[in-house]
Amino acid sequence: MAECHPVGFQWVMEAKRKGATVIHVDPRFTRTSAVADLHVPLRAGTDIAFLGGLVHYVLDNDLDFREYVVHYTNAAAIVGEEFADTEDLDGLFSGYDEESAQYDPTSWQYENAPQAPAAGMRDPRQPAGPEASEEPAEHEAARSEETGSGGPAVHAKPERDETLQHPRCVFQILKRHFARYTPRLVAEVCGVPEEDFLRVARALTENSGRERTSAFCYAVGWTHHSTGVQTIRTASILQTLLGNMGRPGGGILALRGHASIQGSTDIPTLFNILPGYIPMPHAAQHENLAQFVAEDAGSTGFWGNMDAYTVSLLKAWWGSAATPENDFCFDYLPRLTGHHGTYDTVVNQIEGRSPGYFVIGENPAVGSANGKMQRLGLASLEWLVVRDLTMVETASFWKDGPEIESGELVTEEIGTEVFFLPAASHVEKKGSFTNTQRMLQWRHQAVEPPGDARSDLQFYYELGQRIRERLAGSTDPMDAPLLDLTWDYPTEGPLAEPDADAVLREINGQDASGEPLSSYTQLAADGSSSCGCWIYCGVYADGVNQAARRRPHWEQSLVAPEWGWAWPANRRILYNRASADPDGRPWSERKKYVWWDAEQGRWTGEDVPDFVVDRPPDHVPDEGATGPDALGGRDPFIMQTDGKAWLYVPTGLADGPLPAFYEPVESPVGNAVHGVQRNPALEDVAEPDNPLNPAGSRVFPYVFTSYRLTEHHTAGGMSRTLPYLSELQPEMFCEVSPRLAQEGGLEHGGWATIVTARSAIEARVLVTARMRSLRLGDQWVEQVGLPYHWGANGLVTGDSANDLVGLALDPNVHIQDKVGTCDIRPGRRPRGPALVAFVDDYRRRSGAHPAPEETS
Amino acid sequence: MSHSLFGPLEDVAGDAGHEAHPPRMGFFTDTSVCIGCKACEVACKEWNLVPEDGLSLTGMSYDNTGALGASTWRHVAFVEQPAGRASRTDLGMPGMGPPEPAPAPDGPGQESESGEGGVRWLMSSDVCKHCTHAACLDVCPTGSLFRTEFGTVVVQSDICNGCGYCVPACPYGVIDIRPGDGRAFKCTLCYDRIGEGLTPACAKACPTESIQYGELDELRERAGRRLGQLEEQGVDGARLYGADPEDGVGGDGAFFLLLDEPEVYGLPPDPVVTTRDLASMWRHVGAAALGLVGVGVASFLGGRR
Repeated sequence: MAECHPVGFQWVMEAKRKGATVIHVDPRFTRTSAVADLHVPLRAGTDIAFLGGLVHYVLDNDLDFREYVVHYTNAAAIVGEEFADTEDLDGLFSGYDEESAQYDPTSWQYENAPQAPAAGMRDPRQPAGPEASEEPAEHEAARSEETGSGGPAVHAKPERDETLQHPRCVFQILKRHFARYTPRLVAEVCGVPEEDFLRVARALTENSGRERTSAFCYAVGWTHHSTGVQTIRTASILQTLLGNMGRPGGGILALRGHASIQGSTDIPTLFNILPGYIPMPHAAQHENLAQFVAEDAGSTGFWGNMDAYTVSLLKAWWGSAATPENDFCFDYLPRLTGHHGTYDTVVNQIEGRSPGYFVIGENPAVGSANGKMQRLGLASLEWLVVRDLTMVETASFWKDGPEIESGELVTEEIGTEVFFLPAASHVEKKGSFTNTQRMLQWRHQAVEPPGDARSDLQFYYELGQRIRERLAGSTDPMDAPLLDLTWDYPTEGPLAEPDADAVLREINGQDASGEPLSSYTQLAADGSSSCGCWIYCGVYADGVNQAARRRPHWEQSLVAPEWGWAWPANRRILYNRASADPDGRPWSERKKYVWWDAEQGRWTGEDVPDFVVDRPPDHVPDEGATGPDALGGRDPFIMQTDGKAWLYVPTGLADGPLPAFYEPVESPVGNAVHGVQRNPALEDVAEPDNPLNPAGSRVFPYVFTSYRLTEHHTAGGMSRTLPYLSELQPEMFCEVSPRLAQEGGLEHGGWATIVTARSAIEARVLVTARMRSLRLGDQWVEQVGLPYHWGANGLVTGDSANDLVGLALDPNVHIQDKVGTCDIRPGRRPRGPALVAFVDDYRRRSGAHPAPEETS
Repeated sequence: MSHSLFGPLEDVAGDAGHEAHPPRMGFFTDTSVCIGCKACEVACKEWNLVPEDGLSLTGMSYDNTGALGASTWRHVAFVEQPAGRASRTDLGMPGMGPPEPAPAPDGPGQESESGEGGVRWLMSSDVCKHCTHAACLDVCPTGSLFRTEFGTVVVQSDICNGCGYCVPACPYGVIDIRPGDGRAFKCTLCYDRIGEGLTPACAKACPTESIQYGELDELRERAGRRLGQLEEQGVDGARLYGADPEDGVGGDGAFFLLLDEPEVYGLPPDPVVTTRDLASMWRHVGAAALGLVGVGVASFLGGRR
């Protein structure tokens, strides 16, 4: 966190100053480790085993926060008889289909739960309509992600055994499932000595409970894995068991990779969600608005009002054209026909199905996994638009990419028309950043952008205007969605930039009279309100840009509610009803946050209560109530369809209702936990240029993991061009342990070549005790650390670590493993066509699939 | 008024001739909370328009800056050392070079792979010390280097003639001549900012308050409290560096809390203002001259005989 988020890390240092214990679990010894109380190095990609060990420690020693667990989680829920665990099936859950390598989650349901919802199905295993037969190998559209932030719907509250003794209650299933994740197993899988693991376990459990809370911070070290989602799930289980959710000082904090990546998920640049985590409708399942919202209409919690959120969004986009008669233009929305994640797009490009590409503030030729496939995709396009501050490799691959050097691509033969457009930087435009705390902070413009540089807002606004001019007068129904758009932002300044303030107002929403709304509870499903993103409703309450508030913390309470604005409703901690006990009293004086004021008949406290504000703790909802009305007084997790935190996920995940440890796709060792080596539901990317190293390969005996340095920004476009940053980390390097240096003949400061079945790169060598040799039983595992910032352009250049990374994707979110296996040898890599021959030789010798002969 | 060259000095700016002047300002760099982000280095260069000075990998851990110099006014040192090394007296050279080779895989020393073993990574942002007795200033023949009303030491590039006397005079090796330019440069403690009531760029950019700017007296008190806190927490080897007015430079205007011996960070353990003996040197020179005159006179007198 200090390495990649130094500014946010100030708060960790402040906590440390106040006495907090900081533990850093990471394969790599970073700047975070340097100031942590304890650094625990582990083998890259074994987080589920480590976290599973902690879950086991909690359960085995009865250290869970029992009162919290019984009342606020689904620990008491009883699961159907059909469910079989990895314990029963040696690493598989029930419902696995070998042929499709997918799960049917039907058997994971609660006892007596309806098998499938009646309409608007988002069950990942439902037939997907015509395209399902056309592309049988494809995983179903978006699957778990498609359910938005509320999780999949579970109708009818499950049967519960609050003694937690029923053998099929979630708590008992959990106990059995994690029984094998002992400290000894953690040592064997992660390479973490038992005593170190136990130090972490003790520190965490001693610092959780009524009086104390602990927080987890993570970034792509957890998510960029073929089991990434389940890693986060394991942490969620752990934090829920310990009662660390919805309470001050608790939680799981996702550190996002750039400024406002959170914002670009809330108002998404993702294919499968609409603003506010409303799922993107599916072509076959959602033929009209009624079908689309039906699933949620019946459920408990605030997703029950999804019709109001959706209609308000449609009104924001299509204004007066959206009427009850035309389903509020619901048919104007695009539909999913499959999943269209970034790697699907790349495969489609290579195979000629995707002719155009907008790349905005990204540099996939360097920053995305399997760089060669990225560039081959770019070379297969008809047109490519790149908007960036500097000439990034994605815009120049056709003349200086590694494939030009190796002869695999020839500049004259690339047909891609590249449009490079200069973009305004964050100081040259105004707008908001949303940080990991869901807090919007407004930026004011400092200077005008230079030359032809313009904001992205201006670009899209202008593009929309030009397209609409072209289409003006068209009667083709296909053009109606564009022509009917509300596309009339005021412009300002010498460059006639659209006013970002007006966009924020539109996002906030307004009522029928045009007055700004102050809360999403005001949204209506009858078309009388409009709102561009329901969770952001209130950011312009009272006509004031709430995100621009900057009242210093010393002038307000500890929670500092008047600094910026956090969605939803300016809540700083989500699910904060859980900071009070079932009767609404603070769990302890020390951790007092939000509580029930019986006299006033309201929830009150330090923060905006995340609950129906006048619903008493003893409230029992009426039979048949829906939406927020169905929440009981002890259901703090108000976005979940049953109001409870899920220790066990009966539906919605593609790879199991509970996390199980599987080895990374490329691993030097066998899975010591189960008989199944790798995530059985992962998505393969079967492409000629995506050969994968066989597990346990002696040709690729080492583990590599890619990462960032403080001095550079991701794929380098914003740092390799700046002298003051470039001089701080001027060259691509790899980090190896002294033991590996000895074994591989690597010299400190010299050159090394790192090779996988995809490619080979060269890097200067840093031999450092910060890279730890790990002992797994009687075997040593060595890890090679690779910063991924370099490419062909800029003041400092170097090979790209992402050229080494292969693709095998997490089935929930379609992200790749950032770890793999490699070989490392002293000296620089071969140049030109010799590089291809060099890598092919490795592919042949290792038995990587596909072999070069199968693809050339 | 006496211009003192050595020993404690209550009123540095006053000693330099500033009559009504603000309190002495300085830096307290608490390396125990430094995360090595180098924001100080970048902010300093941005604000002061200091040029980039080299795009080469040094191999010295994550330090590719190397040392303070004419184009490096803040420098973050990265020291990798075996954990538990603090307070060892056997210091040897500063631990910034390539690490020592590891013991054989199954040899001794590999038994405890974790826990107390492992590595410690010290980071520290170095800067001009703005000495109470600044030799650079004392030797400057042009008056380019001067003592400001804040008690800091600033070099004026429009007056500097590039003679370079200040370079060997600095006991810390801070000030240097910029190649290709010929003039001397160093940290000004952001003289142009603090005069406007702003915090120096490095301190402003520091995310963890490792670099603290303020009135020197207050910073010294704060540092003392911080040291006490660390000692209470059982942190071995923590010490203040440059905070003592009794030291060889009369105390630094920019001082540090270190977690190990100064040498480990590449800092001199006992710096002495190089002009300390200037007065006595002049006395000796005078005596020698007188002596020579005497010898000359004597020889003439002798010659007459």
